Order: sequence, then C-alpha cells, then structure tokens
Amino acid sequence: MGGAWFDYTVNGFVIGNIYALLAVGLALIYGVANLVNFAHGSVYVVGAYVGWAAITYLGTPLPVTLLCVVVVSALVGVGIERIGLRPLHGSSRIAPLLATIGIALVLDQVVQLLFTPDPRAVPMQVPEWRIAIGGGTVGALDLLIAGIGLISAVVLYGFLRFTKLGWAVRATAQDSDAAQQMGVDVNRVNMAVFAIASALSGVSGVLVGMYYNQISTAMSFEATLKGIVALIIGGLGNVPGAIAGSLILGLTESYGIALFGTSYRNLFAFVLLIAMLVWRPNGLFAARRSLPPEPMTGTFIARSRPVVVPRWAVVAVIALAALLPLAGQPYVLQIGANSLMYAMLALSLTLVAGTVGQVSLGHAALLAIGGYASGLLAMDAGWPVALSIPMAGLVTAALGTLLVFPAFRLTGHYVSIATLGIGEIVALVILNWTGLTRGAIGLGGIPPLEVFGLDLGSVEGTYWLCLAVLVLLALLQLRLLRSHLGRTWRAIRDDPVAARSYGVSGDRYKALAFGFGGFAAGISGAITAHAYSYINHETFGASISILALTMVILGGLGNVLGAVLGATLLIALPEAFRFLAEYRILIYGIVLLLLIRFRPQGLMGTV
Amino acid sequence: MSALLRLEGINSFYGPVQVHFDLNLAVEAGQIVCLLGGNASGKSTTMKTILGLQRPGSGRVWFDGAEITGLPTPQVIRRGIGSVPEARRLFPAMTVRENLLMGAYARSDRAAIASDEERVLGLFPRLRERLGQRAGTMSGGEQQMLAMARALMGRPKLICMDEPTMGLSPLFVDRVLALIQAINREGVTVFMVEQNASLALGIAHYGYVLQTGRIALEGPAGELLRDPRIRDAYLGGAARDGENVG
Repeated sequence: MGGAWFDYTVNGFVIGNIYALLAVGLALIYGVANLVNFAHGSVYVVGAYVGWAAITYLGTPLPVTLLCVVVVSALVGVGIERIGLRPLHGSSRIAPLLATIGIALVLDQVVQLLFTPDPRAVPMQVPEWRIAIGGGTVGALDLLIAGIGLISAVVLYGFLRFTKLGWAVRATAQDSDAAQQMGVDVNRVNMAVFAIASALSGVSGVLVGMYYNQISTAMSFEATLKGIVALIIGGLGNVPGAIAGSLILGLTESYGIALFGTSYRNLFAFVLLIAMLVWRPNGLFAARRSLPPEPMTGTFIARSRPVVVPRWAVVAVIALAALLPLAGQPYVLQIGANSLMYAMLALSLTLVAGTVGQVSLGHAALLAIGGYASGLLAMDAGWPVALSIPMAGLVTAALGTLLVFPAFRLTGHYVSIATLGIGEIVALVILNWTGLTRGAIGLGGIPPLEVFGLDLGSVEGTYWLCLAVLVLLALLQLRLLRSHLGRTWRAIRDDPVAARSYGVSGDRYKALAFGFGGFAAGISGAITAHAYSYINHETFGASISILALTMVILGGLGNVLGAVLGATLLIALPEAFRFLAEYRILIYGIVLLLLIRFRPQGLMGTV
Repeated sequence: MSALLRLEGINSFYGPVQVHFDLNLAVEAGQIVCLLGGNASGKSTTMKTILGLQRPGSGRVWFDGAEITGLPTPQVIRRGIGSVPEARRLFPAMTVRENLLMGAYARSDRAAIASDEERVLGLFPRLRERLGQRAGTMSGGEQQMLAMARALMGRPKLICMDEPTMGLSPLFVDRVLALIQAINREGVTVFMVEQNASLALGIAHYGYVLQTGRIALEGPAGELLRDPRIRDAYLGGAARDGENVG
C-alpha cells in the first residue's frame, strides 16, 4: 500500500517536472511579451518528433538527441516570435494570442503531414533498471527527467541572475519601455526568450515520449493546456511560481488518478485551473487578489467601419439559399446544412467575443450541452424533437451562463483561458457522468429531425430547418444589437470601468450576452445531434471552438452577417477544393494568421 | 555653433491628431535646458520623439552631429542619450544595484562601469545604503534619485528628464534640483521637461515654452523668469481663464 503511494508520488513528481519544462517557458514569454503562447504545445510535439527522428534515422545517443531537439525547437521558437509577435506590435491586444493559435494549427498539421497521425514509439535511451525504495521503485528515466528539470531550473536561475541578457529579460518583463530606454533591444530579448522557452518545451516533449513510450501529434493541445494550468497556479509571468505550480499539478493529477481513475486526470487539472482563476487569479504566491491591469496600449479588437450590405441583397441571398434544394444536389445541400449549423455557432461567438469582447476559446462546449440536452430529452424523456430542441437552447443558455459566471470578472487573456478550461471540463463531465450521458459510448440512435409530424430527416428538410432557424436567430441578434442592450454591450467591451461608473453592471450584461449566445449555440448543437443521430464527448471538441473563432474573425468580430459569411466560407471552401482535404487544418491556420496580420477587422468589418 | 541636440521642423501626430506644429528646438552642450508647458501641450511627445519612442510625421532630430530621426530607442541610447522617464519607471523587482547596472546596459567596458558606479554613488550617497534593496520598496524621492543615477550610469552626453520633480515632497524637490545642477557641473548636458516653471527656470540656462504643440516663447532662463507672460501663466500672476497655461 505504502509502496503504491510512493510510486504515485514519484510519478506525480516526474510529470510535474515535465510540466515545469513547459510552464517555465510560458512564464518567461508572458513576462516579456504579455502573451500566452498557444503554440507552446506544438513546439513540444516538434521536439518529440525531432527526437524520435534523430534516434530512428540517425541513431543518435541521448546527449546528441537532446541537442538536436534543443536546436530545432529553439529555431521554431524564433520563428514564432518573428511571425506571431513582432509584426503585430501595436495591433489589438488579442492579436498575438490569436496568431499563436494559428501557428499552432500550422505546426501541428505540418508535423502530421510529415510523420502521419499514427502514434510512434520513442526508443528508450536510458537503462531499464529500477531501484526499490520503501516498497516503491525509482527508474533511471525518472532520475533523468528529475535531473533535467533541476539542471534547467539552475541554469535558468543563473542566466536570469548573472548574465547581461538575463538582466535584460527581467528588466523587459518589469517595464519594457524603460528597458528600451536603457538601450535594451526588446526584439532581441523576445527572440532569445522564445528560443529558450521553445528549447525547454521541445526537451519536455521528447522526455514525455520516452516516459509514455509513445508520441502523437494529438498531444500538442493538451501540453499547451497543462502548461497554462501550471502557469496560472504559479501566477502569470512568475518563473519560480511556474515550477511550483507544475509540481503541484503533477502531484494532484497523480494522486487524483490513484483515487478516482485515469479518466478523471484532466478533470482535476481543469477544475484546479478554474478554482485558481476564481479565487487566486494572481497565482498561489501573490499577495494581491485583484488582477493586475492589462496593458492599455491599443484596443482589444481592431476597429473599423463595417461593410454596409443593402437590405435587398440580404433578402436576395436568403431567397437564393432557400431555393438551393431545388437544384437537386444532395452533396451540396449537406455542406450547406453544415455551414448553417456552424453559422449559428458563429452568431453566438461573434456576440460574446466581438460585441462583448469576451474571447471564448471553449465555445464548442455549448454545442455539446445543447446536443446532449436535446438528445437525452428526446431519447430518455420521450420529448418530441420539436420541443426538445428549443428546450435544449434554454438549457444551454442557463447552464452556459452559470458555468461562465465565475469568469465574468476576468478580462482579456484570463477570459480566454477560463473559457478554454470550462470547455474541457464540460467534455470531461460528459465523459465521466456515465449514468446520464452514457460516458465514452456516446449517444447513439438520436431520433431524426421532425416538427409536429413533419419529417425533416432528409437532407432538404435539415437544410431548410437550419436556414429558417438561422435567419430567425440572426434577425433577433441584429435587433438586439441595435437596441439599448447592444450599445451597453459595446460600452462594456470598450471601457468596462467607464461603463461601471455610469451604473452599468457588467456582470448582468455579460450574463445576458452569454445567455443569448448560449441559446443560439445550444440550438445549433441540438440540431446537429439530431441530424447526425450519434454524438459523444469528442464530437464538439476544442478544435471546433478554434474553428468557430476563426470564422468569427474572418467575418469581422461582432458582425452578424460576417459570422454567417465566415462560417459558410470556412465550411464550403475546403469542400470545393476536396483534393486539399488533407491540408484543411493547415489552411485554417494560415487563414487565421493572414487575417490577423493583414485584415484584423475581417471581411465585413468589426461592429 | 552647432547644438548637441536639435529638433528641426517636427510635425508629429497621434492618429489623426496633430501634436507638434513645426517644432524647432536646440540644446547647447553643457547647458541645462528646460521645456515648459501645461497638460497636453506636447511635452512628453517631444521627449518620445527624441528617444525614438515615437516617429515624427516630418522633421528631423539631430544629436551630436548626426541625424537620429526614426532610429530605434536602443540605438538612440547607445549614441549617448540617457533617459529619466516620466514617473521614473524603475525596475521595481530588481535591486538598486541591479537598476544601476541596467543603466550601463549599453556599455561593455567593465572596469569603467565599476568606477562610474563609485562616482555615481558618491553623488547619491543615499543609494549606497540601499544597494541590496528592491527598487520598488523605496520612497518616491529615493526612486527619483535612483532613476537619475541609473541614467548617469550610461555615461551619457545628454540626459533627458521627464518631469523630474513630479509627485515629490518640497524637501526632495530641492534636493533633486540641486542634484541636476551637480550632474550638469560634471559636464552632462541636461534637457528637462517640467510643469513647474519657476523651479525649472531657477536652475536652467535656457528655456522653451510649449503651447499646444508650438514653441510660444524661448530665451535665457533669467529673461523668461522676468517675462510678464511667464509670470502670468506660471508664477502666480493674475491667472487668466482658459488657455493661460497652454
């Protein structure tokens, strides 16, 4: 018994060290650049594959393997700084974060194209002996990982404390304007920090590959998330805090697995994340409880004049869309219906992220709630689909708002991180609440779409229903935006302090926005569930949240017509170029990067 | 006679708003020159233009015989300009000593840096007692001294100070002014931006008055002090309503 606990402790400590190699880099980057680098996990994957390739093709010994990983990862890091950060100086505050998401999509897809998505086994380069201690065991790999973690921490400490560049890094983190006025070239500092952070991330990746004896491109997103959780536990930008946060996270996960089982592991991580954001957003080691103000340079979203589309043109497009089924192309209709379902999600996100300025990275969770609500009401409670879908909208509105409620007082980066965590929690609850959701098996045999006896299960029926619902939701949203409520939402986005001093309760209006947005997304998820007839906890994953955000940025944040256009383009175009199917994610990533750089206001302009 | 620093025909903008209108200004080597003006007169933008933190729409900045218009800030600093930013902008989590050495960041002559550290600490004995303390924990007056000492560590030909007496107690204001004169006596040219006209003109050799982006008045400090327009606007003369401060 005691031995098992010893093993769990060793395991937690080892995982903690791996997280620390990730989180320290995130902390350094946040320090100098005020940026949460969402491409960090992708570098970790690059590191893992470079290590695998070096061992497999070149037969490198361990030190050479690590050297290859460090060099390639550092170069990738320098590239991220050049593409994702430097050119965006002076643009909206959320731009670099979105750019790193785009870079992550591109990197992941490139690795996948080069190495195929199949998992690979990293050959063990460490002797397989284990020492028995107090009933448990410690292996050579455990010691290697702990050693690398420790050495990295010591070297990093020495670097920050005793080298000139290290001083420049600390000075830039504390006040980058003042550092420039001492002659510090902040671009060079950023580049160095990205190189160091990425090298550590890459080493972390290859160590994980050895530890679990398996690597795959799918581990990128999780690595980013875990690094961010550890970072938040220690406090954004706090390097020693990041190390402590990582060890806490590793041990929490390891003991959590011991007590409840493997499928709960990530649930612990994300519940810890949300708890930290709610109660100690500055991290465990900060005395202050209120958040530091985000830098006020530049606006949160890019400003522009929205493109004005004449009413007759909108009516004409809707009429044409309504006539599409008459063309008799079921394949085209299928894509059309898909676009419309995504458009509903985009409507919801453009309201929350654009109009109210809460850039949500977990929006797909609302689809999941809507889909499961309607599916379960129809299957287990025997509700007719015509009632279960609007009910699912209401359930999602209520539940979505309730879940995000703790995050309302957060701003900027913190909102994105919190919604990301909440999104993951929703998926994990669905996976683990087997009694209600059937767990990993998923919901099968969801009844098809029908409205009061009218069967809409056909492609045409689904398409028409989606079109009608979308037009209704869009009209409602446009009406709201023109009302007093819409002005208040924009006021909260543009200057929350000023809005509050005029007596506007930000929380209440944010709740209204999430409520309406939740309703639209819930309806979308419900229709999707009935149209697919099968959903599980992975149907509405984080990649859909990112895709929705790309749609919304493509259309123009806050712009209703833009959201519909963005959804249609991003769903329909890859179908039109089917031969590019393999490169779809790559294209999404590049579209996102180009938009942020060259047309941050989107195609239709922000509202 | 060519000035150490010269601004020629500067027009600068914040988005669509024009801040400077054909601004011309010169700082002679060895002098203390002050730029006076009220809120929103364009004082801080002048500072940013010199330091390369903001690029002028048109016009040129000359320093030590070479044009520095549009150079990135670190390169401007490396040419011999030290900066004491508005509100001091120390590195709060670094120690006093680390802050001082950050001031010498652009230099690589270790021996000379060490002797400069001694020299600067001689000028600011208060800092010697606080070398290991975090800069953020010191009083406002001590922080101002550290900011000045930090700028000196770069061994600049010119020090630019943005409102060095802002927010200080009267006792410290006098000490800071005396220190500015001491720095100047060591051969460093000083260009300072101030709202407090009488104090600044009291130690300066030459002064400029900036009013909504234009130089409204300039002259030797002694003459400006006696100028009735300055007295009206700044020195407690019969203050007019409206644009008196400019």
